[in-house]
Amino acid sequence: MEDPLEVRRAHHMIGALLERRPRLANWIYGFTPPERGVVVLVHRRVYIVPARLGWMFGATLALLLVGSINYAIALGFALTFLLAGLGLAGMVHTARNLARIAVSAGRAEPVFAGEAAQFRLYLDGRAAHDRPAILARHIASGSQMVVDVPGSGAAEVVLAVPAARRGWLPLGRAMLETRFPLGLFRAWSYVEPDARCLVYPKPERSALPAQSAEAESGGLRSPTPGNDDFAGLRNYQPADSPRHVAWKAVARTDEMLTKQFTGEAAAELWLDWRLLPPGAGLERRLSLLAGWVLAAERGGARYGLRLPGVEIPPGRGDTHCGAVLQALALYHAPASSPASRAP
Amino acid sequence: MTTVAAHPLAPEARSVGVRDLAWLIGSLLLVAAPHALRAPWWLTLLTLCLFAWRFRYSLNRAPLPARWLVIGVAALAMLGVWMEYRTLFGRGPGIILLVLFAGLKLLETRTHRDAAVAAFLGYFLIITNFLYTQSIPTAALMGAALFALTATLIGFSAPQRSLRANLRTTGLLLAHAAPAALVLFLLFPRVQGPLWGLPQDAYTGMTGLSESMSPGNLSSLAQSDAIAFRAEFEGGPPPHAQRYWRGPVLWDFDGRTWTVMPVLLKTFAPPQGGERYRYDILLEPHNRPWLFALESAASLPDRSRMTRDGQLLALAPVRARLRYEASSIVDPDADAQEDARLLLRGRRLPAGTNPRATALAAEWRAASASDSEVLARAIGFLREGRYTYTLEPPLLGVHTVDDFLFGTKEGFCEHFSSAFVFLMRAAGLPARVVTGYQGGELNSVDRIITVRQSDAHAWAEVFLAGRGWVRVDPTAAAVPGRVEMGLARAVPQTEGLSLMMREPLEWLRGARDRWEALAHRWNVWVLGYNPERQRDLMSLVGMRDADWRSLTATLFTVLGLMTLLLLAWSLGRLVRPDPVQRAWRAFCRKLAARGVERSLHEGPRDYASRAARALPASRRAILRIGVQYIRLRYGARASRPGMARLRRMVRELRLT
Repeated sequence: MEDPLEVRRAHHMIGALLERRPRLANWIYGFTPPERGVVVLVHRRVYIVPARLGWMFGATLALLLVGSINYAIALGFALTFLLAGLGLAGMVHTARNLARIAVSAGRAEPVFAGEAAQFRLYLDGRAAHDRPAILARHIASGSQMVVDVPGSGAAEVVLAVPAARRGWLPLGRAMLETRFPLGLFRAWSYVEPDARCLVYPKPERSALPAQSAEAESGGLRSPTPGNDDFAGLRNYQPADSPRHVAWKAVARTDEMLTKQFTGEAAAELWLDWRLLPPGAGLERRLSLLAGWVLAAERGGARYGLRLPGVEIPPGRGDTHCGAVLQALALYHAPASSPASRAP
Repeated sequence: MTTVAAHPLAPEARSVGVRDLAWLIGSLLLVAAPHALRAPWWLTLLTLCLFAWRFRYSLNRAPLPARWLVIGVAALAMLGVWMEYRTLFGRGPGIILLVLFAGLKLLETRTHRDAAVAAFLGYFLIITNFLYTQSIPTAALMGAALFALTATLIGFSAPQRSLRANLRTTGLLLAHAAPAALVLFLLFPRVQGPLWGLPQDAYTGMTGLSESMSPGNLSSLAQSDAIAFRAEFEGGPPPHAQRYWRGPVLWDFDGRTWTVMPVLLKTFAPPQGGERYRYDILLEPHNRPWLFALESAASLPDRSRMTRDGQLLALAPVRARLRYEASSIVDPDADAQEDARLLLRGRRLPAGTNPRATALAAEWRAASASDSEVLARAIGFLREGRYTYTLEPPLLGVHTVDDFLFGTKEGFCEHFSSAFVFLMRAAGLPARVVTGYQGGELNSVDRIITVRQSDAHAWAEVFLAGRGWVRVDPTAAAVPGRVEMGLARAVPQTEGLSLMMREPLEWLRGARDRWEALAHRWNVWVLGYNPERQRDLMSLVGMRDADWRSLTATLFTVLGLMTLLLLAWSLGRLVRPDPVQRAWRAFCRKLAARGVERSLHEGPRDYASRAARALPASRRAILRIGVQYIRLRYGARASRPGMARLRRMVRELRLT
């Protein structure tokens, strides 16, 4: 049952065939390219097979039938046939529990690489009846959640999808499944809403560039005095400017320490590509920059970003922070590859 | 496919909650309840303990008992069943074991999968009840159990859902299952069972006449209120005194017991003359081959034969309720032919028994000029003899006939017929004992005659030259009330007749008549539905000689159509948007036809004002529709008149 496409496990040969012919699989399973807007799971897209319990139920029916014939029990026949009817009705009801649900994707808040993107799906019942116990599962990550979808109104599903790399993370394919009401059948449907989540570079903590960096980079000098007030020492981080290294302390303790200054909060600083340690790769540089952005935002500074070909004037606040991080996330971003294009 | 997480809908991954378990135990109790009447008390107690034990574990959220403990209890229980029944097989012990296993299964039920298996076992236990009785009350109880089990299964699928919603779903599912069940019941090709040998005890508890008659066995049968068969006449039935339902004919007498002779068949030649009656008989199973018909049978029911002594036989013992058509002629023309060897057999008596009766018969013989005169003397002797008719006759000695005729003078019909046939044979007349039923009660509601075991009777037949076998009812001669009015008025009220047979409870009998009319219809239409009735039904709808192939084809066609209907229903309910939305879409279509198409992002207000600008002629109407739609769609509540107004406005919108 762990395999999201467990049907294939049941049909190894078909599975092997479908593996070789993805287009056939797409046609059979109703895989579609990412769909915009509200996706309604029409009956054509709802698949149904007996679950394991269904087979056991069938075996029970067979036993009952044989018993009824053997002992010529009229009510035994009635019972057997009522249960058979129940199985039939259960099948239709299971498909109905899923069919014509309207799926739409909500906004996914940006995350940093290494975290999990929280994709929101809204399952709108659009029916006179409620739809209990519907499982939504993200196929690539296995992230899943069971919700009861009301008849009118929507249920929210949050799928946590690990974001490995910066850039746009598409949601990829999700599966909706239900076994309600009797658990004898398993109906499922695939849906791939056109949703994506912005993934910022994984921030790497390091000391902010020193004041002098601003001068060098030609930034506006902050009018606030006392910028250079010495505040203390902290451990050296690779991105620290050599000017801030407390060389005396290093000589004394053999430990790389960096001087820290108060008043940086009030400063206006440029987070400049060129301030990064030379030799670091692109991703590393972006990570360091992201760390700076967070530190600057936390410190309350006004900061701007300067990348080759990109410049964002200084500012502060959530919107500004988001814009800067987005620029970092999308800077020469690798083409977004859908998480699960092939089944 | 990186992470492998447990499937949250897979039943093996979901643990059973207290509510699930309570429902499961409740419905299993409902299923097993009737078995408590038949099981030894300690087994009932043990089963209840098992249920309670499991439920306590659930309440305490404790881990379930170790496997060895469960296996130990199972072994002990099986030992107990063996001690009780001396076997583990057969119907009784087998069913008891199944009930026990249901309790034991619960003890190792952790997940929904186990619980569902227990529920399936519950479904199976329902049918075990039907092995004992298929009456309406049992069916009603088992219907309730079926509902509860189904609700339990639904509860497993949606443990968080409200009980009410789950019960509603159960009702809906069963309502949808019912038509399919009906079609399957009517059309599923029926085969006559059994498919293999049944356990030995499968047919215990069926009562009825037997191959022999000795003093006391008919009178004990007569105290049973159980139904032997029912007869439904096409016209009116013959009067009570003429309703002799012929059963086994007894020839051989050993001084105490009368027994049947080996079966001798004859080619059936219907009797002539008399008054003809046509009727259907619904015979309760009695585990013997004989069929009952009013004397004298004028036709052979399907798949039956007739013996030399006029007894109808089925091809096999009647082990299921059997319905057959019969016709009879009361008072047919005489048939004076009989095989000489049979006449010889009809005179045979055990030597040296009942000397007084033998002497009396010889006296009659000597004093009479003809056989008829002997007969008349014998009848007169019984009539004058001040005999008492009783269900509790005193015990008789070695010379049973002498003791009864001259000693105790108290007896039941077996005493009268036995003594009478003895006297006839002793006088040299061929005679035989006929057992069967006499009378039967006419139901005032459905005009069906119900014949009970208490109507069991024995009479005599005497062979007279030129007239053939003549029926003589010595009981009627001695106690006329028995045959005229039935047993209840012939026997003193203090004797052990069943409650219903006593006189003053007439109102109770009226209620019973209605109930039995219902039960009869149930027996005929539900329980009596068999391959023959299926054929009848099929020929009624124009399919003559329906074999299993055409039945299967019809069945699948109808079932397929019904599934499609159900599917259409499920689609219809879903596709239909609410009336406000429908009206709005109609409005959009109207505008789109005039070239003002709504784009996806456009809200109703923007769209309406844009349309109003584009179609200034209908500006006011369009804007009003827009406002009304917004009020209904997004307002606090939608009123019915408001919806009607919107629909009217959209309908009346004329775009020029």
